[in-house]
Amino acid sequence: MKTFGYTIQNDRQIDFDAADKKLYRYVAEKEPDINLCIFCGTCTATCSAAEFKNMSFRKISLFLRRGLTENLKREIESCMFCGKCTLVCPRGINTRNIIFNIRKGIEEYEF
Amino acid sequence: MDTNKTVAVIGGGIAGMEAATFLSARGITVYLIEKEDKLGGHLLDWERLFPTMRNGSEVVKFLMDGVKADNIKIMLSSKLTAAEKSGKGYNLRINENVDLFADAVLVTTGYDLFDATKKEEYGYGIYDNVITSADLEKIFMSGKALQTKQGNVPKKIGLVHCVGSRDEKAGNVYCSKVCCVTGVKQAIEIKQKMPYTEVFNFYMDLRMYGMHFEALYKKAQADFGIQFIRGRLSEASEDQNGGIILKVEDTLMGKPLKLTVDILVLLIGLIPAKGSKEVGELFGLKNGVNGFYKTTDQHTLTNSSNVDGVFFAGACTSPKTITNTITDARAAASTVAAYLFNYRSLERKIEQNEDFWLYNTK
Amino acid sequence: MIEEGKEKVWKDYQKEIAEDNYFYARSCIRQNFFPGSEVAFLRILKELGKNLFDDPRHTTCTGIAYHSDIVPFDTTMTVVARHFALMTEAGLKNFVPSCITSFGIYTEVLELWRHHPEIEQKIKENLLKATGRTFEKPENLAHSSDIIYKFRNEIANKSKYRLVNKETGKPLRVVEHIGCHYSKMFPEKGVGGAEYPLVLTGMVQAWGGEVIDYPERRQCCGFGFRQYIVQANRGYSVACSKKKFESMAPYKPDLILTNCPGCPYFLDRWQYVVSEMEGVTYGENNGGIPVFTYEELAGMVLGYNPWDLGLQLHQVPVEPVLDKIGVQYKKEDKYKGVNGKDLGRPESPSCLKI
Repeated sequence: MKTFGYTIQNDRQIDFDAADKKLYRYVAEKEPDINLCIFCGTCTATCSAAEFKNMSFRKISLFLRRGLTENLKREIESCMFCGKCTLVCPRGINTRNIIFNIRKGIEEYEF
Repeated sequence: MDTNKTVAVIGGGIAGMEAATFLSARGITVYLIEKEDKLGGHLLDWERLFPTMRNGSEVVKFLMDGVKADNIKIMLSSKLTAAEKSGKGYNLRINENVDLFADAVLVTTGYDLFDATKKEEYGYGIYDNVITSADLEKIFMSGKALQTKQGNVPKKIGLVHCVGSRDEKAGNVYCSKVCCVTGVKQAIEIKQKMPYTEVFNFYMDLRMYGMHFEALYKKAQADFGIQFIRGRLSEASEDQNGGIILKVEDTLMGKPLKLTVDILVLLIGLIPAKGSKEVGELFGLKNGVNGFYKTTDQHTLTNSSNVDGVFFAGACTSPKTITNTITDARAAASTVAAYLFNYRSLERKIEQNEDFWLYNTK
Repeated sequence: MIEEGKEKVWKDYQKEIAEDNYFYARSCIRQNFFPGSEVAFLRILKELGKNLFDDPRHTTCTGIAYHSDIVPFDTTMTVVARHFALMTEAGLKNFVPSCITSFGIYTEVLELWRHHPEIEQKIKENLLKATGRTFEKPENLAHSSDIIYKFRNEIANKSKYRLVNKETGKPLRVVEHIGCHYSKMFPEKGVGGAEYPLVLTGMVQAWGGEVIDYPERRQCCGFGFRQYIVQANRGYSVACSKKKFESMAPYKPDLILTNCPGCPYFLDRWQYVVSEMEGVTYGENNGGIPVFTYEELAGMVLGYNPWDLGLQLHQVPVEPVLDKIGVQYKKEDKYKGVNGKDLGRPESPSCLKI
């Protein structure tokens, strides 16, 4: 094998065909409200952690759907379970319970 | 209560039928002129209606009940071929051999559906498993199962919003108004028929403006698990099994996304009808920037045309829902009556802004 | 796939291509990348009885520099104007660039001048001041692949070989790849448009082959100037080609056909690079997928000596294609120069089978 002074760049495209939806299905079963998210970002705007960390419930909701578990794990660590996001959600989603179940699911499936 | 007045209604779709009904109730004789051999227009090709999932045929029946009146002369397979001003009214020629006189004309020529082959990159008419929302309705109405061209049960179906709408390249900058909620409705219908099929809607904005539309959208998410992905389809390709590979940006993730579906449904928009152009030329009717008939005013004189004694109703002036069309048809009937009986209401004027500053038209 | 659907699209994108009397504008890089191609074009046109002027005073169109943000567009337009002047001086009206990016630049300049005659006037003045030359705009602008497309049936009639596997009798499976600057910017200027281009497909069909429509057909090859000029960025460039290889490989193509200077080079060489970096190959028996320019393919079906076409300079060996269609060639001549002297042998790849 030769070295060329560069390496082949990774594809940025989300391959949704290959997405692992196991964790999403696990969470959706425990808290079906996850389906109701309209990605408005009200949750993120009010989140105490989001002001300082990479923490966005809206993104978490997307990572979960797209099967991007690595991003999800990183993002979710900053949650302090204060429940402010649940308070503001216009669709009445129990966001707090979703984060709780994501954590449980990650442990269960040893992601 | 016969008034000796006669109105010709050009187009026997929803607007024409309902306007005829309300004109006839005022003792006006109506010629309801329809080029096809049936009344009902596009509604005949639509199975169920948003947001209630009522059968379209129920609305057709309701409209048919209205046009049974004795003073409505239904003329099927009839095409207006000439129009000439005669006194305050018009001499009209139908099919080159029938002449009639009308004191006023109500144009209800409706819309055509966008030709999806114009969006070359979506592969309609090229890829086996790309269909339009209208094709899907036909399949629903036939009672047959929705299958791929290869005869398989689809496991994944994608619906693309705004096909031929809000698209300068397609020549239509406006929103077609009905497709967003049709997409949600059809997604639900697919899930009702095939609960194990995954359904994805690709949208730019979801315009759930009507009463109960938002509830339908929420139901689609909550009860049917339909996935809404914000991003407009940029190109489709076919894989070796006849699957359709979609390239969209997942705009909320800020990344390109690839997804293969077994069937792709294009939610085609509404465009000005070819029939409107033909009828418009006979009377010298003005079109607005988007090619639909231009009403005298955007807010107030919404059923009046630039030609004396000629009026509009329904989707010939802009895309409309059935609810809007029925309301508009009744308003048009009232406007025509005001014209025929010289009501003061039509004498009102409003300042016109002819320079339509919204569009940078060349 | 519904072929009639594509034919309907093709009807909307038929461009005018001049019949004869061409001013030929060579590419900066093709003579190094695939040195037999432009020569083959000249020979094919000569044999078709066409008049073509290959002007030695013609220079770069500045495309590479323009796309790398090195040359301002005014300079590009003035250089383009000089080439039009050379054409005018030669008494010709039909401009035929060999390079896709040049074709894109000429098209773009002409379109810009059409919308802004004052810019054209300014460039006329620039050129006159700088060189004393004046020019007429071409009556017809066509890429050299358009010319081969136009005469594809004439070539088929004269051909010695068909793109058919002589063992199985089946048409060869061909992946066609169009240079981005051919029609993505101005779809109506390309034969068949931008979504389903016909220019190469037409050749393949006329010569007996079968075109494969694979999902990443529209993806750029990765040449794109700015992404490969800096060495550290080349991983991006390879990734583009790799995306295409991965998408086309399941269709088991016999060859890739291209119409751009950069695409055949990168689609050919990057197969080697990917194989060295990742140990992955995309062709039959751990080999690569042979890549051809349209002149090479035309020359091959016309029965030209493969080594005169410069096919020995490909990284992915072309012999599997030659063997499939039954081209007669001398193995021992592969590495002989035109003077008959041995050119030496390239180093063997460690993974890609040659």
